[in-house]
Amino acid sequence: MAERTAAEPVARREGAAGVAGPGRARLVRRGGESWRTYRMVAGMWIRSTMTYRSSFALTLFSSFCVTFFDFVVILLMFGHVEGIGGFAFAEVAFLYGTAGTSFGLADLTTGSLQRMGRRVRDGSLDTFLLRPAPLLAQVAADGFALRRLGRLTQGLVVLVWGLLLLDGVTWTPLKVLLVPVTVVCGAVIFMAVMVVGASAQFWIQDAAEVTNSFTYGGNTLLQYPPTIFAQELVRGVVYVVPLAFVSWLPALYVLGRPAPAGVPSWAAFASPAVALVCCGLAGLVWRAGVRSYRSTGS
Amino acid sequence: MPFIELDALEKAFTVRRRAGLLRREKREVRAVDGITFGVERGEMVGYIGPNGAGKSTTIKMLTGILTPSGGRLRVAGIDPARERTRLARRIGVVFGQRTTLWWDLPLRDSYRLVHRMYQVPDARFRENLDRCVELLELGDLLDVPVRQLSLGQRMRGDIAAALLHDPDVLYLDEPTIGLDIVSRTRVRSFLRELNADRGTTVLLTTHDLTDIEQLCSRVMVIDHGRLMYDGDLTGLHESGGGERLLVVDLATAMPPIEDVPGARFVRAEGPRQWLAFPATSSAAPLVAAVAAAYPLVDLSVREPDIETVIAKMYGGTREERRESLT
Repeated sequence: MAERTAAEPVARREGAAGVAGPGRARLVRRGGESWRTYRMVAGMWIRSTMTYRSSFALTLFSSFCVTFFDFVVILLMFGHVEGIGGFAFAEVAFLYGTAGTSFGLADLTTGSLQRMGRRVRDGSLDTFLLRPAPLLAQVAADGFALRRLGRLTQGLVVLVWGLLLLDGVTWTPLKVLLVPVTVVCGAVIFMAVMVVGASAQFWIQDAAEVTNSFTYGGNTLLQYPPTIFAQELVRGVVYVVPLAFVSWLPALYVLGRPAPAGVPSWAAFASPAVALVCCGLAGLVWRAGVRSYRSTGS
Repeated sequence: MPFIELDALEKAFTVRRRAGLLRREKREVRAVDGITFGVERGEMVGYIGPNGAGKSTTIKMLTGILTPSGGRLRVAGIDPARERTRLARRIGVVFGQRTTLWWDLPLRDSYRLVHRMYQVPDARFRENLDRCVELLELGDLLDVPVRQLSLGQRMRGDIAAALLHDPDVLYLDEPTIGLDIVSRTRVRSFLRELNADRGTTVLLTTHDLTDIEQLCSRVMVIDHGRLMYDGDLTGLHESGGGERLLVVDLATAMPPIEDVPGARFVRAEGPRQWLAFPATSSAAPLVAAVAAAYPLVDLSVREPDIETVIAKMYGGTREERRESLT
C-alpha cells in the first residue's frame, strides 16, 4: 500500500506550491474546504470556552500580562544602556514587534497543533479521521483559544510603537510594503514549523517540547538584534531553520543595516519564497506523518 | 457485488518490546490475518470475538482510519484508505467508548456541526433530527451540555450524531457497553427500526450475545485475526456444541433432576438446580417436563456467553489456544 497517492489533507497553505491546471483547481477547492472546516471547529471551541466566561476572562488577562512583562524587561534594560548590540530602542522595538506579531498570528491560528500528541496517544484522532473534512484543518483548530489574542495584541502594540519611534529611516514604497509582507510571511514560516512539529508527534509522541524550542525559542531569539548573538548561532538560524526570514533580514533592510553573518542583501526579499518552500515541506512531512499513523494505528 | 467486500484483508503491526535493559525486540503482530467476507446492502451483522481478536482493527480499516497491509477492501465501491473523506459521507460510526460529541456544549450544537460539516440539506437534516429525537427520546436532552448526560443518554446522543447525514452503513463498536437494561432495549429497538425503515446496513461488534440475538440475522466470529465462523446464531451454537443452562428454583431442596430427557444435571445448591441442554433445542418441553414432575417455583434460562461458545468451538480456553499457537 506504500504506493498510495491519495490526497491527504495537506496544509491549506500548501496551495501555494504553484501547480498548474486541474491540480491547482484541486488545491483551491481543498483550501476552501480546509478554511471552512477550520472556521467551524474553531467556532465550536470558542463557544465551548465561552461557557466558562470568568475563566476565559482570567486566562486572557494573565496571558496578556505574561507577554507584557516580557517587554517590560526590555524597557528596563534600555533604562540602563543606550542600545543593544548597537541598536537603538526604536529599532529593537521594531524587531521585537515584527517577530512578536508574526508569532502571535501563528500561535493564534495553529498554536493548538502542539496538543496533537495527546490526540495521537489517547486515540481521539480517530474521530477526526472519520469526518469528511481535511485533517490538518481539524487538528489546527482543535482547542482554538481566543486567549492567544493576548500575544498577538502585544506584538502589534510594540510594532506600532516601534514604527512611531523610528526616525532615522528613510521610507521608500518598497520598505512600506516590506513591513506587512514580513509579518505575514513570518507568521506562515512559524506555522510551517508548527506543522512539522505536529507531524513529528506521529512518530515521537513527546516531540512538542522540541517544537516549542523552535517556535517559542525562535520568537525570543528574533526579538533581539542579531549582533548580540554568536555568528554561528545566527548562521544556524538563517540556513538550518529559516527563522531569520521571519523578521531579521527584512527588518534589517528596513532599518538600513547590513544583513548579519555574510548573508547576501537580496535575502531580505526572499521571505515569501522561503515561506512557500516551508509550506511545501511542511505539507510533505505532515502527509508522511498521517500516512505512518494510518499504517500503525494508535 | 456485495456492499462491503473484504478479500484476504490483512493488517500487521510491528510491536517493539523492551527485552532487556537496552535491547529492544521487534515483533510482527498480525491483528487481522486474511479475512474474507461480503456484506449485502441492508444486512445487519454481528462481528464478535474475544478482546484483541482484531475486531476494532477491522472496523478501523473499513472506515479508512487504518491502511490495510494486504488484501483488498471496498465499501460502497470505495477504497476506504484511498478516499477516506469521500467515504466518510456515506458511513456512520459509533465507538462505544469514545464520544464524538462536544463535552461542554449542548447536544444541539454537536448536531449543528454535523449538519454543516457533512453539508446535509436543511430539510433532510431536520427530518433526520426529528426522527432520532423521537425514537431515541432525546427531546429533553438537546439543550443539556454533554458533560451532564448519563452514559446511556450520551450513547443515544452519539448514535443520533452518526445518523444525521443518512449514512448507508453504520458501524457500531460496543454500542451497549456499560448501559443499563432500559437504555440497551431502547438502543436495540432503534437499530432494528433503522434497519427496517431505511435499509441501513449495520455492522456491530459486541460482547453481549443478546445484542446479536435480538438484532442480527448473521454473525461472524473472529479470533486471532481470522474469521472462525460466518452464519446465523443457531449455527454458531451448533458448531460450538454450545449448551444453554436452565436454572430452576424448586420449593424445597430435592435430589438431582436426572430423569428429564434432553437435559443434563450440572449442579445443585439447596432448592436451586442447574440443568444443561443443547443450545439448539427449545427450552419449552424441558420446562414442561420439569414442572410436571417437580414443585417448580421459578426458572430462568442462561445463554452461553461468547467466550464460552468460542472456547468450546475450538477446544480449550483462549489461553490454551494461544499457547498452542505460539
